[in-house]
Amino acid sequence: MANIHQFDVVVVGAGGAGLMAGLYASRTAKTAVISKLYPTRSHTGAAQGGIGAALGNLEEDHPEWHTYDTVKGSDYLGDQDAIEFMCSEAPQAVIELEHMGLPFDRTPEGRISQRPFGGHTNNVTGKPVRRACHAADRTGHMILQTLYQQCLKNNVTFFDEYQVLDFIMVNGRAAGVVAVELATGELHTFHAKAVIFATGGHGRIFEVTSNAYAYTGDGAAILLRRGLPLEDMEFFQFHPTGIYKLGILITEGVRGEGGVLINGLGERFMPKYAPTVKDLASRDVISRAIYTEIREGRGVNGKNYVWLDVRPESVIKYAAMDGRTNPDGSPYTITAEQVLQKLPDIIDFCRVYLGVDPVTQMMPIQPTAHYTMGGIPTNKFGEVVIDSKNTVFPGLYAAGECACVSVHGANRLGTNSLLDLVVFGKHAGLKAAEYAKHADFEPLPQDPEAEARAQFEALRNGSGKENAFDISTEMKKVMFEEVGIYRNEKGMKLALEKIAEWKERYKHIKVRDTGRIFNTELLNAWELGNMLDVAEVVAASALNRQESRGGHSREDFPKRDDANWLKHTLVWKQDGKIKIDYKPVTITKYQPKERVY
Amino acid sequence: MQVTLKIFRYNPETDKSFHYETYTLEAEETDRILDLLEKVKGYNDGTLSFRRSCAHGVCGSDAMRINGRNMLACKALVRDVGDKITVEPLLGLKVVKDLIVDMEPFFDNYKKILPYFINDSPLPADGKERLQSPEERARFDETTKCILCAACTTSCPSFWASDQYYGPAALVTAHRFIFDSRDEAAAERLHIIAETDGLARCHTAYNCTLACPREIHITKAIGELKLATITGKI
Repeated sequence: MANIHQFDVVVVGAGGAGLMAGLYASRTAKTAVISKLYPTRSHTGAAQGGIGAALGNLEEDHPEWHTYDTVKGSDYLGDQDAIEFMCSEAPQAVIELEHMGLPFDRTPEGRISQRPFGGHTNNVTGKPVRRACHAADRTGHMILQTLYQQCLKNNVTFFDEYQVLDFIMVNGRAAGVVAVELATGELHTFHAKAVIFATGGHGRIFEVTSNAYAYTGDGAAILLRRGLPLEDMEFFQFHPTGIYKLGILITEGVRGEGGVLINGLGERFMPKYAPTVKDLASRDVISRAIYTEIREGRGVNGKNYVWLDVRPESVIKYAAMDGRTNPDGSPYTITAEQVLQKLPDIIDFCRVYLGVDPVTQMMPIQPTAHYTMGGIPTNKFGEVVIDSKNTVFPGLYAAGECACVSVHGANRLGTNSLLDLVVFGKHAGLKAAEYAKHADFEPLPQDPEAEARAQFEALRNGSGKENAFDISTEMKKVMFEEVGIYRNEKGMKLALEKIAEWKERYKHIKVRDTGRIFNTELLNAWELGNMLDVAEVVAASALNRQESRGGHSREDFPKRDDANWLKHTLVWKQDGKIKIDYKPVTITKYQPKERVY
Repeated sequence: MQVTLKIFRYNPETDKSFHYETYTLEAEETDRILDLLEKVKGYNDGTLSFRRSCAHGVCGSDAMRINGRNMLACKALVRDVGDKITVEPLLGLKVVKDLIVDMEPFFDNYKKILPYFINDSPLPADGKERLQSPEERARFDETTKCILCAACTTSCPSFWASDQYYGPAALVTAHRFIFDSRDEAAAERLHIIAETDGLARCHTAYNCTLACPREIHITKAIGELKLATITGKI
């Protein structure tokens, strides 16, 4: 018990939400930010297209329109009070980032430039609206860098390359976390009044994914094992445009700039599925459309992919057919040079990984696992809530992708993830610091590191007859196939049987690296345990929900069923068994109706 | 196809010195070197240690020497580097274990150049963004791309000679702020990088520019900084 640290507030994770929380909490409370990576390696940095805010810099727009679009995008499962809160905070949040130095692209007038994005519309005409504030196609990178830089400026305390392993709770309140310092292998106890989880998503449970290796659902799994519930875990977003086989993200901004989807017959197919906004429908709609094209034999060369076309001549042709115009009313056009300037990273990815030049060639794409809509249940202040009555767990907060507020409901709109982590990261930080001001430290348990140590011991002492890499590979494949874009009872039951089998096999893996210094084998094995725990509640929640809504598409229940299923799922793991309960969706202004794009 | 992967190995808890281990494995031309390292770790030797996260060239975790050149393992494909592949840790930073180096001196240098936006003037009265023309924004666009992977700094002979040299990555960040029309601390930063351990140690070897996985023209950016310290103009 040599390494005990004491802070008012401990933030776990240093992506956009964690840094924002750290920045705000540290203004009034002694705060530490703990991250398994160097902060600038966090997955926020991979976000490309933009952050949504109704600034109206290029055309008329209103936070109310943003709110409605987000509610509709969520397939009415998002909580409307929280969505309204986020969208009305959005313009100020983006302006604040600019004031922190974030280098947004600019309009000719010198204001923050904005581009169209899927599902964001002018609520009067139904046409796409320019709402995504962008810095080329590396908006997330610029947010991550800017927030890290501001944290350095404000002397925020960081513990880089520390993996948090356990959450300490005493008398029903937060008391801290246990972490391992990767460079030494030593365990550390962080005694705290308030703990903020900002640990990101779990997209690595799927085979084809845009997500980083680090995205193993650590925060969600830790709290699940401590008996806390997770919310809406059946809702996972598959982004329509990942690079074929690799899953690397190709931003929706490509379609915002006029790119279109083309099937194996050379036809633009989105007008069939979304007659008004076409290639800028929301992501669940487009991913299903691509799958339908492929299933009906219109993939390219009989394979599981279609084309994304941003060649200037194609963009100009289809923009003219759609009647798309510039803000001044002139016909929309684009040049090869503008494509290069607006989408430099996309061009780079395609050249490096595919040997394809998007200015002259089409890109082969397929849907890729992308975003965790569900997660640790919170209210709009980032406070973690633990039952159907939204009872607050004192001292525990969550923000960003690991949290479920819920502002994304059954399907997130593009640009709303960056907005989510900035807005709710800030409020979680403020709320945690305020709580810490009035709360006392709970006494630490006698051996706070016992559980973490036991988990590591088990991984070191297994029989060794199973290989962790095999289990991981099988899990990713089955989850992608059976609990992916289209789901049915048979497939999900199979996945659950498999998960039980892998969990049993997992007990027999053995970490052969006996060292302390950067034992990445031990760490990866522990992360696999998190993925298995999370995959189980994802599959169980999905099997339980007998309807189709947003990112959850059941072949055996193809319709949305508001009468029975307009409610959030809460899932617990208790005594080795899955327990499911529900809580109501908050509906304020917008009554559910059929969702057409 | 078959490839041979020769990997630098060092375990500080058991080894007196480093050695190389060679693995032969099946690979596709389009496999990333990172994919091969993952396979070796999964099936040949779990103790092999390296950093990685995003796996597509934007997080900067897996910079290493591949056939003698600094690259990101996730952005180097078998077809680019051939079927005989040697993988070694970055030079100029202490090897901690296998391909993992001590990044602290690198980040310490980064922190020396005030790597954050500074503008203490009153905010615009309308509560909106500070204005900046597209041309002013374009002036520092390239240096905003840096992901702090350290490929540039650890390819620099001056940094090999002294890790007190701020190095190309820190200078790239200095450029990003000095040429941002909204920032007000250019003079202070120019003063810092004009110190002995700053610009003076750059001898335009161009290694940094060749190593940058983000294709930043680093030597040019440093040249612009040198000019600014001499003329006082930005």
